[in-house]
Amino acid sequence: MKIKNILTYCFISSLFLFSLICIWKILVTLQGIELINFNFNKLFIFGIILCVINLLIGKKFNLNIKLIILALLFSTFDYFISINLPIWYSFGIFLISLFFFNTIKNYDKNFLSKNHSSQKLFFNFLTLFGITLFSFVILFPFYMMLVTSFKTQALLLLNPLDFSINFAQGLPELFKSYFIVFKDYNFGRYMLTSTIVSLGTVIITLIFAIPAAYAVARLNFFGKNFLSTSILIIYLFPAIVLVIPLYTIFSQLGLRNSIEGLLIVYTATTLPVAIYMLQGYFKSIPKELEEAGIIDGQNWLGIIFKIILPLSLPAISSVALYVFMIAWNEFLFSLMFLDRPNTFTLSRAIQFLNVGAETPRQYLMAGSVVVTLPILIIFVYFEKYLVSGLTAGSVKG
Amino acid sequence: MSSKLAKIEKRTAYLLILPSVLLVFSIILFPIFSNIWISFKNVELKDLRIPEPRAKKLVKSIKDNPNQIKIIYKLRNSSLTQEITNVKFKDKYPDNIEPISLNNKCQFKSNLLKCELGNWPKKYRENLEIIFQNTNNQEISKKELKSYKPKLSGKSQNILLTYEFTLNNFKKVIKDKAFIDLLSTTFYYTFFGTIGAIVFGILAAQMVNQKFFGRTFMRSVLLFPYVAPVVALAYTWELLLDPTSGTLNNLLINYQIIDGPINLLGQKYVTLNILGFDFKLRLALTTVIIFEIWRYFPLAFLFILARLQAVPKELYEAADVDGANPIQKFLNITLPQILAVISILFMIRFIWNFNKFEDIFLLTGGASGTRTLPINVYQQGFSIGDIGMGSAVSIVIVVFLLIFMFIYFKLLGKRADEN
Repeated sequence: MKIKNILTYCFISSLFLFSLICIWKILVTLQGIELINFNFNKLFIFGIILCVINLLIGKKFNLNIKLIILALLFSTFDYFISINLPIWYSFGIFLISLFFFNTIKNYDKNFLSKNHSSQKLFFNFLTLFGITLFSFVILFPFYMMLVTSFKTQALLLLNPLDFSINFAQGLPELFKSYFIVFKDYNFGRYMLTSTIVSLGTVIITLIFAIPAAYAVARLNFFGKNFLSTSILIIYLFPAIVLVIPLYTIFSQLGLRNSIEGLLIVYTATTLPVAIYMLQGYFKSIPKELEEAGIIDGQNWLGIIFKIILPLSLPAISSVALYVFMIAWNEFLFSLMFLDRPNTFTLSRAIQFLNVGAETPRQYLMAGSVVVTLPILIIFVYFEKYLVSGLTAGSVKG
Repeated sequence: MSSKLAKIEKRTAYLLILPSVLLVFSIILFPIFSNIWISFKNVELKDLRIPEPRAKKLVKSIKDNPNQIKIIYKLRNSSLTQEITNVKFKDKYPDNIEPISLNNKCQFKSNLLKCELGNWPKKYRENLEIIFQNTNNQEISKKELKSYKPKLSGKSQNILLTYEFTLNNFKKVIKDKAFIDLLSTTFYYTFFGTIGAIVFGILAAQMVNQKFFGRTFMRSVLLFPYVAPVVALAYTWELLLDPTSGTLNNLLINYQIIDGPINLLGQKYVTLNILGFDFKLRLALTTVIIFEIWRYFPLAFLFILARLQAVPKELYEAADVDGANPIQKFLNITLPQILAVISILFMIRFIWNFNKFEDIFLLTGGASGTRTLPINVYQQGFSIGDIGMGSAVSIVIVVFLLIFMFIYFKLLGKRADEN
């Protein structure tokens, strides 16, 4: 057993335990409970002591009993050095230490005497810590968005750290911001516009893209290679260089402030990626199937509708979902083209809320939830399709 | 026979791609080229409104004479900058009235009044008064009179279609003292945003590539920032980072990590003291970059994870047999395997971050040292209202973009050769 390995083991394990406790403490603070100290010194040293005990006990008796005892020891210690905290806080500490001692129960003398065990240990803990930290950092803004929308202005200013949800006030009171956002700020209308624009973009893009992708994938014609490389190049041109000419042209044609104008632009900007994704899939469909179709006397349209489309439904759905996502989240063009509230999309409406006179932040966040939730639900539900869409189309972002 | 088939095939192909090509051409390629045209012109936002001749119709009864009625047209040129030539006026009246006297510009014919009003200079205003009398002693209905709206037409020069060009926009762009600063900010933002996203993408992909409870859930969660709408996320971050009532500042103050609130999005520089040296960090820009990394690392993650899962397990088993440690395994097996993906990812993300507009616009609006080229396009074109300048900045972006694309396709070609 190497001394270096034991030292790294103690140090890293205790640090990991401490960082888990820190995250828990931050979460507790965000429930409005007063907690101003991480108690780094005491917890860190006690953590080291417990790790050493864990090592010394080894496998002398039942592992489960060992880890429960160690976890109990740790949470009792924490209970005594922190004052006036609710019982669920200590219970959380207990669960965390249980998880922690469960993780380190395999690190015994044998393990530590092996080569590279300190590095292995380090990376194991880094992974665990990374998972916790990444989830926290990613989910926290979403959590904050949701909870802020359930609060009132006064409560938010009184204690900006209080992110607890008060269910006792009853549902109408809880969802008050949403009622106001839909009633006074007209979000129902914006949501309808967003839905129409996004679905419209999906349908029109597919109508344009499927035949074009089929032609690029299957048919021989002059300029085919040129076309398939230009698709990618065109795709890399960003919206910001199109915005001024499109603005000037659309103003003079009177297409600004119209859903049609938005639909045209969204379709054109998503079309290259849709063609790019679809033609890749069409190429993977065996040619023999089409030849059979030709022998049966089908024309090109028949082949597309009766053979290609049914076979490529998964690809089409992922393109559709991806295009829907782009159109739903789009902001720049809706900012430029829409300045009358009766044509706003959700994104534009939220920006309008923020820029306009002092809109209480709970309304702003309620609006944000309204625009975020549908897309997240769609994402979680159709994850498989959307992920393949994202991977294929992720040259854009 | 076969050549006939080939001909049919060709014709079908053109037919199938034509709609897409036309749409993409008119909405993407045509605007890119018209950018060049506009950037050589002196056009402002207010010039985009086409000048219109306008008329407001007022109907007034004449005292003591119910048989007569006075109509006043308040005519004006809506444009403050351009003249309208050859203005024509037309209005319709009820059957039972006719004008008493008309000037030589106008003609009345079977209840239609037509006037040739000549040329109107900019800001032009004129009142046209005509008195009508009834022809059959019936009362003149004011309501009916008002229900007809006058129609006006005229010709005006469209500033976008003239052949006057100027180099002023480009001169202004390049001579601007802030131009170097603008470029350096853009590159700083692009470079660190891209590198950061890729580094965190690798970390996250390495994590998720291991087996643990809730792994598929974790993968979805990691993609949330990329999938959610930018507007909602930017405003949430803005609240989170707010100096007075933001969660982050309050949390740090609560745990006595900082003494007073830091305005993370509103402060241009912060001085850091590291080992006795003072560093000036661009604070707002750094915050914006962190947001950028937070939002786009999922994409790098997705790409790299897909590649990692394709790395043959035997390689790692062989390394285990050789007694390699985890760092060696990462450096000698994993990294070479994902290097190709990383370089492509770097180029693509670089191009996109270079053109990123929404994120900075929503977080800081380009204030406190976060003005990048795309933000400048918006500010020149729409905040200041100088469309020509905005276009000139767009052209600068396009030039950089073409250079990047050239490098990217070289790289892609080289990669294709290697395989």
